[in-house]
Amino acid sequence: MAEIQIKNIAKSFGAYQALNDINLTIANQEFMVLLGASGCGKSTLLRIIAGLETASAGEILIGGKRIDHLSPKDRGIAMVFQNYAVFPHLTVFENIGFGLRMHKLPNNEVTQRVEKVAELMHIEMLLKRYSGELSGGQRQRVAVARALAMEPDVILMDEPLSNLDALLRMEMRAELKGVLAASKTTAIYVTHDQVEAMSMADRISVMHQGNIVQAASPIEVYRDPAAKFVGSFIGNPPMNFLPAVAKGSGKWEVAGQSFNGPRTDKAELQFAIRPEDMALANKGISAIAKTVEPLGAHLLVTCEVDGAMFRVVLDSDTVVKTGQTLTLAPQSDRIRWFELETTLAIP
Amino acid sequence: MTDTIAIDSSVDTRKSGRFLYVASVVLLCAWVIVPIYFLLINTLSSPEAVNSFPKSFFPEFNFSSLQFFAGFAGMMTALKNSVVVALMTMVMSIIIGAPAGYALSRFDFPGKGLFRLLIVLTRAFPLPLLALPLAVMFIQTGLDDTAFGLALVHTTLAIPFAVLITFSLFSGIPIELEEAAWTLGCTRLTAFTKVVLPLILPGITASAIFAFVISWNEVFAAAVLTIENRTLTAFLLQNLDTSPLHLKFAGGFILVVPALIFIFAVRKYLFAMWGIANR
Repeated sequence: MAEIQIKNIAKSFGAYQALNDINLTIANQEFMVLLGASGCGKSTLLRIIAGLETASAGEILIGGKRIDHLSPKDRGIAMVFQNYAVFPHLTVFENIGFGLRMHKLPNNEVTQRVEKVAELMHIEMLLKRYSGELSGGQRQRVAVARALAMEPDVILMDEPLSNLDALLRMEMRAELKGVLAASKTTAIYVTHDQVEAMSMADRISVMHQGNIVQAASPIEVYRDPAAKFVGSFIGNPPMNFLPAVAKGSGKWEVAGQSFNGPRTDKAELQFAIRPEDMALANKGISAIAKTVEPLGAHLLVTCEVDGAMFRVVLDSDTVVKTGQTLTLAPQSDRIRWFELETTLAIP
Repeated sequence: MTDTIAIDSSVDTRKSGRFLYVASVVLLCAWVIVPIYFLLINTLSSPEAVNSFPKSFFPEFNFSSLQFFAGFAGMMTALKNSVVVALMTMVMSIIIGAPAGYALSRFDFPGKGLFRLLIVLTRAFPLPLLALPLAVMFIQTGLDDTAFGLALVHTTLAIPFAVLITFSLFSGIPIELEEAAWTLGCTRLTAFTKVVLPLILPGITASAIFAFVISWNEVFAAAVLTIENRTLTAFLLQNLDTSPLHLKFAGGFILVVPALIFIFAVRKYLFAMWGIANR
């Protein structure tokens, strides 16, 4: 059992507040992805959990045991680094067995475990090589194997795939997900790549400016962003936002059209809709097509609605000319509303 | 037509580039080898041959000058002193210099920039300026005329290099390697001995050799601070001044050879090791 509880963790570097009061519980065997742009504090949070950085405040519990005062080696964690950190002076075998030897395991058990994880990661033919003789993808496999060989309670990964080329990344993504699910360890995975996050995670924690904005399943993060930031950060192309003016009793005027919305006493809100949740119709928002991009699977049209940028994804057979005025009807159950001041979602 | 010309000229450039390369290599080798070779010839020649002209280009393997030195009173003691002082300097400058280099590369502390500057500044003071106060202090503490006392002085001379060399070595090793070791069950110390040390050993060796050679070649402090326990340089300086030419050559040879043998013996550490030392 390795449930991770992060309680009120804060970190400041001098006057700069890298993390503000982070609270997060990660269930046993859960695959949690910390997602955010660079500088959002996701790596700092991971390094605090690993013990490579000390928090300014707060506590961390793994499996109910407080570990934030322990050194990295006593936390029951293993970590995979962005630049692999494969020891150049040791063979692949000794790299994978390094942690086991440090824990004074008998020779035959070291051999056994190293061979097992090497097979799992498909690097059994590389065991005698040095890291200088490996490709980036192979080094990454060694780094993951080294972490798995420890049979840790928690495995921490800091952008492990970001140094690989696109094709290899896609392949490793699927493989890593399978291997980690089979290993039954709790995993925390840091990335700035939303596709990686969406495809691998059980839950995604979207981070922004040292805060966790939303922690939810990938589909929930996508469908019901907790804040405007999440909607604009996740999804490619991102969510569309338009100003909405209150017309009373739950009616809102958006781009000249009336929509049913939340009943609040606010005079203005933000109306939001995903680009693929709209269809051409006789009645709806009028948008002037500015750029038309046929992407094969679908057609991406960047429009202008009352001077604001507004993207729509249409079927690839649709014929749209630049300058044409489109009438777009949003799918009503996919419309989301955000407060103007707090930028938070209105349920 | 134009193609051929282009190829011809590129062959020409490559040829002249190659010539320049070979010429530079030959020149650099000659720069080092020729004086040592003449030193060797003159050392292995009879006193008459040394003083005659023209010179022979081949040694006549006359060992009389060297035999004279071997039998010279105090010579062997001086040689032993030199080795002892140089080894002590080597060990002390690494023991003190390497942790300083590590700290400079891995930790942020106030005054870091100033500290680096001060380290280099220690070389700004000429040794004669320091020798007199040092001699007085050494006499007061009883360190005068001891190998250890002299090694202390040589260590202060060697430390700036040891610190700066090890600083750049440690900086060349990604901190992630150490962090990975920590997460795999190492303490700061074992991560250092299991991961960092093997990686920087070639560099450490290089900086140790440097310290050895600095101490071996240092003559001023050695001459001022020792009387009975003279090192080879100080001993030869004192005695060769009034000696005939062939003995000066032989003395010079004796000074050069041990340093050469030492560097030759550890040369493999100066070159590539797992491909990271040859940066």
